[in-house]
Amino acid sequence: MSEILLQCQDVWKYYGRKEALRGLSFQLTGGKIVGLLGPNGSGKTTLMKVLNGLLRPERGSVLIDGETPGIYTKSIVSYLPDKTYFADWMKVSDLFGLFEDFYGDFDRGKAEEMSWALEIDTNQRMKTLSKGTREKVQLILVMSRNAKLYLLDEPIAGVDPAARDYILATILNNYNPEGTVLISTHLISDVERVLDEVLFIQDGQVLRQELVDDIREKEGKSVDELFREVFRTVPYGGGAANVR
Amino acid sequence: MDWKLDDSRPIWIQLQEQLTRMILSGRYQVGGKLPSVRDLAAEAGVNPNTMQRALAGLDAEGLTVTNRTSGRTVTEDTSVLEGMRAKLANELIEQFYEAAAQLGYTRDQALELLKRRKG
Repeated sequence: MSEILLQCQDVWKYYGRKEALRGLSFQLTGGKIVGLLGPNGSGKTTLMKVLNGLLRPERGSVLIDGETPGIYTKSIVSYLPDKTYFADWMKVSDLFGLFEDFYGDFDRGKAEEMSWALEIDTNQRMKTLSKGTREKVQLILVMSRNAKLYLLDEPIAGVDPAARDYILATILNNYNPEGTVLISTHLISDVERVLDEVLFIQDGQVLRQELVDDIREKEGKSVDELFREVFRTVPYGGGAANVR
Repeated sequence: MDWKLDDSRPIWIQLQEQLTRMILSGRYQVGGKLPSVRDLAAEAGVNPNTMQRALAGLDAEGLTVTNRTSGRTVTEDTSVLEGMRAKLANELIEQFYEAAAQLGYTRDQALELLKRRKG
């Protein structure tokens, strides 16, 4: 259970001259739900793309289940990007067919079941669905795979609070128990209770990696409060930034 | 069942406290089976590992027993349950006295108030 599933060692990524990842290092074991937390522009989406092999780091090593991102890792990594990328003329059921063809670990029965529970008509074309519903379809596709590593980039940002709860329950109920889920989000208080562990990143580096309950025990505060404290910026003109 | 989690304390401790109350109140009966870790985690909307830790805490207190074949059941040893019930009741009483002291009542006066209260 405690085998290392994901390892990043001194990973650097530049966009032109701008450094997006600056010597980022961490490792994750299997069977965990981990929050990837950091302010805007801290490198969360870049990291997700590097892990998924969409971006190649300039320096450093990334190993997923012992391999660098490539054909093998794509077969065990289920990725929810921060944008939807499907052709909008396709029906939901077409997408299920597409995923069935692409991924050996796709469980169509599970996808149908989740669609039914979320009241999504699989005969609808993507373009006729609302933004929130499209996001749900995408999450269904990703969570219906029996993957070792789920990379979810902002999975709940675009949906209403009630659907958020449902989506979190969906993630909890459907991830492969030996697998690990990495969730990037700003909505910390919404996801905090489903996480084992959090990874705070800032300026392309890991600031801290800790168990949620250890943070609560040591600091006497929630991860959400800790985040606000760690990443507090003093507003223009001084004074307190923590207006709550 | 509503699970209530506050922000300041470890989640597993809060889960363990609430499970303890469910057992003492008879929601899970003596010798009865508890739902699986995954089902309980889904019900409370928490991570299964966190729920596992809370349940291991119940095992450690002797309130539940884990059996390889039948899963996790509430202990049949009622003395353990009685002991826990008395311990938690004592904590409540202590809290009551402390709160009453803050209102300026002595322990005797606080006890008198409690006795005279109707219902």
